[in-house]
Amino acid sequence: MTNHWIDIKNSDCILIMGSNAAENHPISFKYVTQAMEKGAKLISVDPRFTRTSSKADIYASLRSGTDIAFLGGMIKYLLDNNLYNKEYTAAYTNAPFIVGKAFGFKDGLFSGYKKNEEGPAMGSYDKSKWAFEMDDKGVPKMDRTLKHKRSVFQLMKTHYSRYDLDMVSKVTGTPKKDLLKVYKTFTETGATGKAGTIMYAMGWTQHTVGTQIIRTMAMIQLLLGNMGVAGGGVNALRGESNVQGSTDHCLLWHIWPGYLKTPRASNESLAAYNTKWTPKTNDPLSANWWGNYPKYSVSMLKSFFGKAATKSNQFGYNWLPKVDDGKAYSWFDIFDAMYKGNIKGFFAWGQNPACSGSNASKVRKAMENLDWLVNVNIFDNETGSFWKGPGKDPSKIRTEVFMLPAAVSVEKEGSITNSGRWMQWRYQGPKPLGNSRPDGDIIMELGHLIKKEYETSGGVFQEPIVNLKWDYETNGAYDPHKAAKEINGYFTKDVTVKGKLCKKGTLVPSFAWLQADGSTSSGNWLYCNSYTEKGNMSARRSKKDAPNKIGLYPEFAWCWPVNRRIIYNRASVDPKGRPWDKKDWVIKFAGDEKDGKYVSKKWIGDVPDGGWYPLENPDGSKRKDAKYPFIMQKHGHGQIFGPGRADGPFPEHYEPLESPIEKNYFSSHRVSPTAVVYATKIDAHATCDPRFPFVGTTYRVSEHWQTGLMTRPQEWLMELQPNMFVEMSEELAKLRGIKNGERVKVTSIRASVECTAIVTKRFKPFKVGHATVHQVGVPWHYGWRWPATGTEESANLLTPPAGDPNTRIPETKAFMVNVTKL
Amino acid sequence: MKLNRRDFIKISGATAAGIAVSGLGFDLTPVKSHAGMLKTRYAKETTTICCYCAVGCGAIVHTSKRGDGRVINIEGDPDHVINQGALCSKGSAIKQLTENKNRLTEPMYRAPYSDKWQTVSWDWALNTIANRVKKTRDMNFEKTNAKGQTVNRTTRIASVGSAAMDNEECWIYQALMRSLGLVYIEHQARI
Repeated sequence: MTNHWIDIKNSDCILIMGSNAAENHPISFKYVTQAMEKGAKLISVDPRFTRTSSKADIYASLRSGTDIAFLGGMIKYLLDNNLYNKEYTAAYTNAPFIVGKAFGFKDGLFSGYKKNEEGPAMGSYDKSKWAFEMDDKGVPKMDRTLKHKRSVFQLMKTHYSRYDLDMVSKVTGTPKKDLLKVYKTFTETGATGKAGTIMYAMGWTQHTVGTQIIRTMAMIQLLLGNMGVAGGGVNALRGESNVQGSTDHCLLWHIWPGYLKTPRASNESLAAYNTKWTPKTNDPLSANWWGNYPKYSVSMLKSFFGKAATKSNQFGYNWLPKVDDGKAYSWFDIFDAMYKGNIKGFFAWGQNPACSGSNASKVRKAMENLDWLVNVNIFDNETGSFWKGPGKDPSKIRTEVFMLPAAVSVEKEGSITNSGRWMQWRYQGPKPLGNSRPDGDIIMELGHLIKKEYETSGGVFQEPIVNLKWDYETNGAYDPHKAAKEINGYFTKDVTVKGKLCKKGTLVPSFAWLQADGSTSSGNWLYCNSYTEKGNMSARRSKKDAPNKIGLYPEFAWCWPVNRRIIYNRASVDPKGRPWDKKDWVIKFAGDEKDGKYVSKKWIGDVPDGGWYPLENPDGSKRKDAKYPFIMQKHGHGQIFGPGRADGPFPEHYEPLESPIEKNYFSSHRVSPTAVVYATKIDAHATCDPRFPFVGTTYRVSEHWQTGLMTRPQEWLMELQPNMFVEMSEELAKLRGIKNGERVKVTSIRASVECTAIVTKRFKPFKVGHATVHQVGVPWHYGWRWPATGTEESANLLTPPAGDPNTRIPETKAFMVNVTKL
Repeated sequence: MKLNRRDFIKISGATAAGIAVSGLGFDLTPVKSHAGMLKTRYAKETTTICCYCAVGCGAIVHTSKRGDGRVINIEGDPDHVINQGALCSKGSAIKQLTENKNRLTEPMYRAPYSDKWQTVSWDWALNTIANRVKKTRDMNFEKTNAKGQTVNRTTRIASVGSAAMDNEECWIYQALMRSLGLVYIEHQARI
C-alpha cells in the first residue's frame, strides 16, 4: 500500500476492484465504513456480487480478465470530459515527456516486438524503442502544456481513444450504464482537495496482464491527482500477515533485501554491478534516490559476511550466486525444472505448494523427482505427504521427506509487516507446543550444522558458507532482537557522517547515514531506522496522532521507509508546498518566508518524502534547490508512460490464455504477446473449447485462509465452511439441471474437482459480444489432507500454466471449465 | 481520574459481579469473579499481531502461569489503533490454531519408497538434512555458466517460503539460502 489501512477513512471515493475486502480483509471495512459515514462513495466491481458489493453505493459486474478494458474506458472518459487534475498531471507526472520517434503501436503490438520460439515467454520487446527524447543536457524533453503530439499525454489519448463505451461493454460484459456510473463517480475525485482510493488484491494480480491492470489504475490515480494524498494511493491488500515483510526481505529469486537486484552473470564485479543498477539522471531537480544504490548494496554485503567482507574482496560480492542474464527462476520455473528432473533438493518452508501452485498436479508430480524434501510447517499437509496423496503409490516414490514441526506465531517473538508497511513486534505467549520449534531456531541450528560440515570436512566453494555471519543468538537460542538490529545496521567503525561522530558498534539512525565503503552494515536499507539506539521502534504503542489528525499514529509501531506513513507525500502539496487538501492534509511546508521567497526549510505532518524546499517560492519563482516529488523514479515524475515494463509502456487489453471468445475485439492478438506459457505435456490449456464452456475463477472466504492449511485443521472454522464448493448462477444451474447443495464436478482440461453446488443470484450471465457467457467461482482453500475424508480438493488442480511477463504470477483468476452433475 | 478503556473494563467488570446477587435471586458471585480474574491473575498477558491476513490486527494472548502453561484465551486488543479490539472469524480462532491436537509436535521422516512416517529426533533430522544439502550442493555446484561467466550457484536445490515467518526469520533464512548458492528462492508473494 502507498497509504495504510486507517487512511482509508480519509477517502471521498473507494473503488474495490480485484478484491473483496469485506470478506477477505474484514477489519479494513471499519475504515471503509467510517469514510462512508462521512459521505464517501463505495464502488464495487467484481464478476460476483460479494459482501463488499452488498455494502456499495454502486455495483458493476465484469467478466474475469477484462479489467484493463474496464479501466482503459475510465481513462478515455476522464480525458474526453477534461476531468483529470491538470495542474498535478502537468507538474508531477511524465505526461509532458516527449517520447522518441521509434515508439509506435499497431494492432496490439508496440514497436520493438520479437517472437520467442523457445518459450516460455511468447515474445519480448526491445524497450529502447520506447525511450524518451532527451535535450542536449541529457534531461527528458517536456511540454508542460501537454500539447506536443508525441508527448505521453497525447500518445495516451490516442491509445485509449479505442476504449469507448460500446467496445468496453462488449468486452467486459458490463452494461454501459454501469460503466458510466462508475466512471462518473470515481473521476469526481480529480477535483483538487478530493481523494479517491483503490483497494485491490489477487483479483488484479493473478492474470497474464496483472501488472498492467495495476498500472492502468496507477495512471488513473496520477491523472486524478490521487497519489500521495490522504485517502488516495494505490493500495494492494496483501493476503498474508507478513507477506509484505517477506517481500521486503526478498525471499524471491530476482531481488536482494530492500529491492536490490540479484546480480546477473554479466555483472562481473561489485563495481560493474553497482554501475549497472544505479540509475543516473542529469536533471538537478530529480532526487533519483536509487542513486544511493551502492551504499545499500555494500551495507547489505557487510551484514551478510561481517568482518570477512572487505574492500579487497569486494565485500564478498562474488560469494553470492548470480543468475543468467535473460533467464527467470520464478515459482513456475522451479516446478518446471523439478518436473523435468533438474531439481534434487527442495525446501517447502511454511508453504504448501501442492495446493497453492497453479496447475497443482504438475507440482505434485514434480516432487516425485526429488531426492529429498524438507517440509517445515505447523500441520501435516498435502506437500509433505504428497507421496501418499490421491493417485500416488508410495512404493514407487523415492523422495526422502523430512517434516519439521514449527511453532505458531504466539509461541515466539519477532516482527511482521502489514500491508500498510507497518512493522509490528509480537511477543511470546506460551512456549512452543511439544517438540515444535520457532522457525528462527530451526534456521540457526541448520545453518550451524551446515557450517560445521564445511569447516570440518571442507567442500566445494566453501567461502560464503564459512564466512556467513551467523551470530543471531543469545545463550544458544535464536535471538530475534539481534537479527532485527543487523537488519537495521551498525556502524562498523568510528566514522563521521554529516558532521556527527558515529561510534563503532552503534546502530545506524537511518539509511541516510549508510555508506558504500564498508563503514556501515544494514541487512535491508529500507528497514534502517527500525531498531536504533533509541530502541525497537516496531514495539511502540503510543496512540497519539500527528498534528494533522488524519490517523497516521506515527508513534504506534514503525513503518518503512523512515516511518513515512504515506509515500509520495510530496505530491500531496502544490509546487509551493501547500496541501491540495486543506482539511485532510498530509504534509505542509512551514519554513520562513521573506520577500516572496522561502528562506528556511521545515515541513510538518508526516515524514516528508525528502526534506528539500518546495519547487516554487510563494512568489511563483522556481527554486533550483528543490526536487520533484516522485523521488524513487529516475526522472522524479509519476509514470503514466511506463517504459520499463515487459509488455508495453501503456496497458492494453488482451484476453486471458483461456477465454470464452475467439477474438480479442481490440486487436488481432488474442493473448498478451509476451505472456508466459509453459509447455510440458502436463501443461495443457484450452480456449474456446466446447468441452470447457464456462469462465472459472478462484477466491477466498472469511473462514478459511489461503490453501486452508492454517484453518482446515480447526473445528470451528471447518464447521462454518466444511466443503469445497462451486458458486454459479441460477441460469447456469438450470442449464445443467443442477440443484443447490448437490455434489457436482468442475473440470478444466487439467483436472476435475468435486464440489458442492451453490446456486445464487450473485453470479449473472454476461453478454459478451453477441454471446451469453457464464462464469463460476471456486474457493482455493481445500486439499485432500484436511478434512480427513480426502474428498475436498484444491482449486489449483484446475488453474492454468500461464503467467504475467513481468512477474510470472499465475493466471488463476480467469480460466475455462465445465460443470456437470456427478 | 483518567481511565483508559481497559481500566474501565476492569472496574465495570467488578461492579457487574457485585450487583449480580440481588438481580437473579441466587448467588453467582464466586463463578463470575473467578471468570473475571482468570485471564489476568493466573495468566501472563502478551500482545501479538494476527497471523492471517495483512491488516495487522492486534490481539491479546493470555497464557496460564500454572499447570501446562498453555493459552487460555486470545482476543482482539482494544488498545490497538487499527482493529480497536475487533477480530474476524479467523483472528478470533487463533487460540484453536495454537491449542490444536492436529499440530505437528515431533520431527518426522519418510524413507524412500516407504508408506509411513516415523518419528525422529531433531538432532538426527537436522544433521541428516545438513548432510543432504552439502551432498546435493557440492555435486552440482556451478562456478561458471555456459558462457564462462562466474555464477557460483547451485540450481539443483530450490526453496519456497515463507510469508508466515517473522521479518527477522525471513532475513536470516534468505541469507543462509543465498550463502549456499541457491538462486531458486521463491515464496507466497510470487503467487
